[in-house]
Amino acid sequence: MRIRPRGDTKIVEGDLTPMIDMTFQLIAFFMLVINFSEVEQDQRVQLPASELAQPPRAPYEHPFTIHLTRTDRYIFGGRELSELSQLKSALLKETQIIKRYTAKKLADVTIIIRADKNAKTGQVQEVIQTCQELQFEKFALRGKQSDVPTLGGP
Amino acid sequence: MKFRNTERRETIVLQMTPMIDIVFQLLVFFVFTFKIVLPEGDFNIRMPSATASESSQPSETPLLKVRLQANDEGDLVRVQLGDLVLDGDAPFHQLQSQIREMISDDAGPGSTDQEVEIEADYKLKYRYAMNAITAITGYVDSNGDQHKLVERVRFAPLAEK
Repeated sequence: MRIRPRGDTKIVEGDLTPMIDMTFQLIAFFMLVINFSEVEQDQRVQLPASELAQPPRAPYEHPFTIHLTRTDRYIFGGRELSELSQLKSALLKETQIIKRYTAKKLADVTIIIRADKNAKTGQVQEVIQTCQELQFEKFALRGKQSDVPTLGGP
Repeated sequence: MKFRNTERRETIVLQMTPMIDIVFQLLVFFVFTFKIVLPEGDFNIRMPSATASESSQPSETPLLKVRLQANDEGDLVRVQLGDLVLDGDAPFHQLQSQIREMISDDAGPGSTDQEVEIEADYKLKYRYAMNAITAITGYVDSNGDQHKLVERVRFAPLAEK
């Protein structure tokens, strides 16, 4: 009977370090890339800055985003509209969809208004008024966060 | 003459992998923390149509009115809080101080049910309206903490153009 020498057995050990490294890389990547709020951004709109603008804590349940450009045009649902009446009819379609197919109330729908900093305030009011006529109640005026005070003063 | 034994010289191998790993980590970190555009935030306002709001919530405190006047180009000309005209270099900062005095926010957030109505000219650039909303709704103190002032802000019904 032959006895195998003990020192001959080798422990096969896979090097786990690079795999763990890559896994952490991937975790870090996806953590940073994931975006809960699905911000709708548009290059045609430059938002006004405010130090108090806070990102929403929880995503809105049923948001509609209306953009208002500096050239007095509305962007809704990816379409650029020039007249308020067009915006109204587009919104009306959406309200009918909500009423018919969901149990939500129109008062719970949030209208996000992304107006350009040089857009006319009156036009923003018109948009709000139009939405009010369609029974929407919740509005979110969107601004760009600012690290510096925007009001001036000492 | 003696020859050096060249075979005995040891080659030094640098372990590059961990260094590259760390460099990539740092790169990814800085790429993501570099803010090209600042994040966006919202001012939430609840504005039911006029008829509904009057019936549901009779307000006890008198309504504060902020009037923003603009010239034809849409630039700000005058800010008015009630009857008080705020002129100076930083009218919105004054507006904020006035409202802080009125509300006296020592009692903590949400201690007031004061409502403010913004009446702005049609042509006024929206950024001034945003400034006014900022001044009315809160302030940031020297520590960088946010404090709330008035939460109920609404726009006045639109006059003719």
